[in-house]
Amino acid sequence: MAALRSTSSRLLATASRHAFKSTAVMSRSMASVADATVESSPNASSDSRMKSIQVYRWNPDSPTEKPRMQTYKLDLNKTGPMVLDALVRIKNEIDPTLTFRRSCREGICGSCAMNINGTNTLACLCRIPTDTSAEMKIYPLPHTYVVKDLVPDLTHFYKQYKSIKPYLQRDTPSPDGKEYRQSKADRRKLDGLYECILCACCSTSCPSYWWNSEEYLGPAILLQSYRWLADSRDEKKAQRKAALDNSMSLYRCHTILNCSRTCPKGLNPGLAIAEIKKEMSF
Amino acid sequence: MRLSGLQKEVLALYRGCLRESRKKPEATRPHFESFARIEFEKSINIDKKDFAAVEFLLRKGRRQLEVYSAPGIKDIHR
Repeated sequence: MAALRSTSSRLLATASRHAFKSTAVMSRSMASVADATVESSPNASSDSRMKSIQVYRWNPDSPTEKPRMQTYKLDLNKTGPMVLDALVRIKNEIDPTLTFRRSCREGICGSCAMNINGTNTLACLCRIPTDTSAEMKIYPLPHTYVVKDLVPDLTHFYKQYKSIKPYLQRDTPSPDGKEYRQSKADRRKLDGLYECILCACCSTSCPSYWWNSEEYLGPAILLQSYRWLADSRDEKKAQRKAALDNSMSLYRCHTILNCSRTCPKGLNPGLAIAEIKKEMSF
Repeated sequence: MRLSGLQKEVLALYRGCLRESRKKPEATRPHFESFARIEFEKSINIDKKDFAAVEFLLRKGRRQLEVYSAPGIKDIHR
């Protein structure tokens, strides 16, 4: 890791030296080169936009120390537009001990789910507010056990996901021995369900899930549950419904709708839960 | 001495560790027992009123116990 960082900074340094000679190939091949040119330009310091970012810190190696907020100051002119860019830059240049999950940086993996300025969202899809007078606060997902800094423990969440059997269950083979086919109308029923990336933003924003997370499945898992109930190819609909037919698993949803409000992918778990309730009652 | 709920949980976890080591092969059983003992003694100095820390260590311990109690694990080295 350390070796990787030192090479990248050396690369950056050479890139900025070359940038003055305007090497077109270099500036096109790497995204960071453009940033480096901005840094080396002489008037960058005069109009710097310093933004202070408060980040939740807690280290499991010294459990007796209380969690604290640490403030970092970044120049927005030298930072990418998204919160994840800021976090990566803090980790690279200011404090390598800062810990967070990230992977795809384009909102498809759901690793970087965190609470930014009071809203659960993906750091890679959330723009840094350009107002430099206001501080930005970053916390881990609320009501989760923290592994370290911004990393939540999602073990229970994944166990609940496993409990709904999120795979196609069939006894009869397909008539022609090839893949299980589906009409276009049936496929359309899965739109708005299959896009869920299980980032846990919705579940951890749900007050009902905060208080009953042991038994209540939460919006993300119920959305997935409905994804398999709505699938025309699945043949275990009755068993799936029976598993949900108790007071806790499904009916702890009181249509608070924090889930639909917070979903960084713009899905509507509240609607999916309502559809399950409808199917269960008729 | 009356024990608090949290203290009972810690003792229950240690008991669980010893019970799980009974399921391991007889030759390596002392390794598991001493490993559990050492893991507990690492945090022996934590104040009993520091609930957040004790609860965190309990969760960590339970997770470790779950991992090490898998039947595939026959021996343990520190």
